[in-house]
Formats: sequence, C-alpha cells, structure tokens
Amino acid sequence: MITVLETGVLNSVQDAGRFGYRHLGVSTSGVMDPVALRCGNALLGNVADAACIEVQTFPFKVRFDKDVSLVVTGGQGVLTLGGRKILPWTVVTARMGDVLTLERPVIGARMYLCVCGGINVPVVLGSRSTQLRGGFGGYLGRPLEVDDEIVGTGGCLPDGFGAIPPSEGLVGACAEGKEKTVTLRAIPATDYALFTEEAQARFWSTSWQITAQSNRLGYRLKGGALMLKHPIELRSYGVIPGLIQVPPAGEPIVQMADANTAGGYPRIATVIEADLWRLAQARIGSFVRLQRCDHAAGLEAMADVEKYLKSIQENSALYRKSFIRRDAGQTGKKS
Amino acid sequence: MTETIPALRAEQSAGSAAVPTISMIGTRAMLFEAPGEFTLGCQRRIWALMDACADRPDIAEVMPGVTNLMLIFSTPPENPEDMAAWLRKAWNALPEKHIKGRLFEVGVRYGGELGSDLQRVAEHCGMSPHEVIALHQAPLYTVCALGSVPGFGYLHGLDPRLETPRKSVPSLKMLAGTVTIGGPQAGISALTGPNGWNSIGFTDLVMFDPERDPPALFDVGDQIRFYAESIEL
Repeated sequence: MITVLETGVLNSVQDAGRFGYRHLGVSTSGVMDPVALRCGNALLGNVADAACIEVQTFPFKVRFDKDVSLVVTGGQGVLTLGGRKILPWTVVTARMGDVLTLERPVIGARMYLCVCGGINVPVVLGSRSTQLRGGFGGYLGRPLEVDDEIVGTGGCLPDGFGAIPPSEGLVGACAEGKEKTVTLRAIPATDYALFTEEAQARFWSTSWQITAQSNRLGYRLKGGALMLKHPIELRSYGVIPGLIQVPPAGEPIVQMADANTAGGYPRIATVIEADLWRLAQARIGSFVRLQRCDHAAGLEAMADVEKYLKSIQENSALYRKSFIRRDAGQTGKKS
Repeated sequence: MTETIPALRAEQSAGSAAVPTISMIGTRAMLFEAPGEFTLGCQRRIWALMDACADRPDIAEVMPGVTNLMLIFSTPPENPEDMAAWLRKAWNALPEKHIKGRLFEVGVRYGGELGSDLQRVAEHCGMSPHEVIALHQAPLYTVCALGSVPGFGYLHGLDPRLETPRKSVPSLKMLAGTVTIGGPQAGISALTGPNGWNSIGFTDLVMFDPERDPPALFDVGDQIRFYAESIEL
C-alpha cells in the first residue's frame, strides 16, 4: 500500500490512456509524458501501459507500507527515499515504512512515480487513467489527496540500474537542448491554408510563450494573433492531443491529454506524436518554437522513440535476467 | 518537403464544390469532411463511411463529427494519399446508412433557475418564451454524433428561428442535464461545468455513467423529442 502524505492539487493516477471510447465523447486522458511512463514501465518490467502517479504539483510525498521497487521518471528534481537521495530514471527499492519525497523539478514540469506491477486501481472503460472532468477512473475519479491509500501490486526487483533520459537519448528537432526554448515539430493541419500568409510565416517564426492557462487540457500560447484570410464557421469535428487550434482571438492552443474529443476552432497544425512529451515537460512561462515537418519525418521521429524505448526494455530484461542468474549461482555455492 | 495537406486537397482545388476535404491531423489521425450543407442525408453517408472504416484493421478508432469523420490509425499509413483515395471512393459508392435509433421522450422543466436564459433566447428571437418552448418541442431531433465531453450528443433538428448566439460570458457552473441552445444547435449538457450555450430548461436524464452499459445514454441515430414537464417564467 502507498499512503499519500503530502500532495498538490492536480496529481493523479494515469496510464497510457483510455482508448476506444472517443466516439462517446470520452477523451484519452493518460499521462502527459508518455515516454516517461513507458520508460519507467520498461525499467520495471511492467506492461507498457501500467498505471503510475503523475505528479505536477510539488512537493509530493508518499509512504510505502511494504517493500516495493520503483522508478521516478520525467522532470529532474531532488528525490529522497528513506532520508537518502536517489537517482531519477533508476530502479530503486523502497523498504517498508520508507517515505519518498519528490521536490519541484529544476528541469521539466512533471514527474512520474512508477512502481513494480503498476498502480492498481480499478479499470474503468478500459483504462486506469483518471478522467478528471468526467470524475471517473484512477483513484475514485479524482486527483490524489492526503491520506489516500493506494493498493500497490508489485514486489521487489533487482535494482540499481537505470536509463538515459529521453532528453539525452532522443534526438529532437533542435540540438540546443538546455536553452529555454523547446522546439516542437508540427505538420500543417486542415485549415492551414485558410490563414493569411503573414500568419503562416509568424506561426513558424514566433517564440511562443506558454501561458499560465496551460494544463492537462491544453497549452495556451502567447506571442501575437494569427488571423484567417476570412472568418469561417466550422462544424464540430474530432480532436486529438497535439492538434493546434486557433480561437477567434488568434493565439493558438495545443490540445493535450484531457482535451475535449470534439471542437470547432480552425486547425493550423498538429505537434507530432514524438514531440508531445517535450511540450508536456515545458514549463509555464517558457518558450516553444514550432518547426514545420512532414508526414514522413513525423513517422521517422516516432520510430526513433520506439527504438529508444525498445532498447531500454531489452537492456532492463537482460540486466534482471543476469542478476537473477548470478543470485541463483551464489545461492548454489552457499548450499 | 512534401506538401501533405495541399496534396490531399488536390481534388478540391480542381473545381467541384461537391468534393470532400481530407486532411491529416499529425501522423496518427485523418479527418474526412463532407461537402455541402448539414443535412440528415449527409450525416447518414458519414455513418455509412464510419462503418466501412471500422472494418479496416489499420484503423483503431472512428469518430463521427457533424458531417465529418475522424479516423485514428492503429498503424499510421506510409502514404496518406492512398487512404484518402480509398475514402473518396467509398464516399461516392456507399449508400446512406439509415439507423433505426431509439426514441427518447425528454421531459423538460423549462425556465426557472436552471433555464435562466429562456428570456434571453425569446428576446433574441423576437418571440414570447411560450413560443420558444413550442418551437423547441416541435421537431424530432436526431443524434448525429457524440463528443466534446462524455455522452454529449450533437443534435440535428433545431428550428432555425431559435438560433441564438452562444453567450460571450459562459455560465461557470452549468449543471449536467441543462437543456440548451448554442448557435444553430440544440443540446443537453452532459457534464457540470463552464458552458457558453443558452440554458432554457432542465432534465433529470443522466447522459453518461461509466458504470452503465453502454455508458452513454444516447447513440448516433437515436431520436429525441422534448416535452414540457413544467414551465416557470
């Protein structure tokens, strides 16, 4: 069991997302940073979509009521377990009674607490993700609160090994890395041609600032108005995370995990799937640039992500296997 | 660089207005938008296309909108133009799908605190609240698609005389079950929360319950008729 000792307002149980109910108006939900979740699950030998706790308000503190192996991925900040500092992106084992504290990250915006076996909450409509607006899924359909008791499923694994974080292991659109601007690759979408040439040019050249009205629903960007050649009235159409809509005021909104399934604003572009996690880790007040890319480049970028995750999965499996063999050998000698 | 969107729009720019628009939403999703007016006939062709797409193994989810259809691929296509060509062909070949939906008779408590925009709608439309109620009850509405929030139905059938712009300042906490008019559309709000549509009444129906099977009360093709349980002016 995991007991929540301290939490902010919007930390919740999330998995890879709720799929197959979009036609009923049920959004995907799921983690904002899918690479962090899948990496954590790969390190722990969990199924790829096992649930975790997404932490986006800090500090976050939990107590483990039994021994369990865990990994914290996502943003980088100070992590302490049982009074000692631990490394992110690394398998560690909590002992019964240990307290884990996640301090506000210095790089990135969200952290993911993945545990061996995954966070065990009931599956609702095919997923353990919290549907915050609908009030179902996850832990009682709501964000975590102090004194919540989450039943963990896992046990202990060989630990002490980790992964290279995606910020280092994955090549992005831009090599600058540590700069305060994140570059996201995007593909022009349905209404791109309906924007003025000036708006099209500005869309790609502006350093857009992430406003405080950015959350799991969407990221609102600031940096000037993008105008249409002529006003248009659209009929409601399907929306997925990554889609960038432009409301009448002209400043774009990037739809994220909790986005409504349908919308009606003009669509200028879509952030490619492979780069969405970079936006999820971009902090309010920081800047994003959009770099035009095409379908083939979008597919290639996603193939790189899959390759990165596969290598982590394979190396983790090898490590566990060799560790268990070595362990078994030592036991054999003793007897 | 490949100009994905212009390529997919090629046929439209060639002239005829009666050609669908097909575009990619990232690499994972494709949007098909039917040409022409929002008619039930058009929506029935969208439903037919929805069924044809649902049978394809490379498509994970199909989501109808209002005269449009979004496809989410299980495996993104190497060449979207092939998929677009298949969609255009299917669109031209498929007959309308007539769904024999259920009929919901929805009792509405018009006006009062939970339908506080009734007066505003009446003033905008230049008629009395009673006339608004009568016109709202007259048609048989059809659920075209579900979306936005869990269980919300996009309805076809609102009398154009009741068209009322959405509010510039949304209600911050409109209750689920509020009977609404937003622009040319009628609806029943499915979630409690901010809402810019005009509230004209309230119903006790629960539009979505994850514990129910199916979780959404309405399905595409269902029909709805509103009747007055009470009127409070």
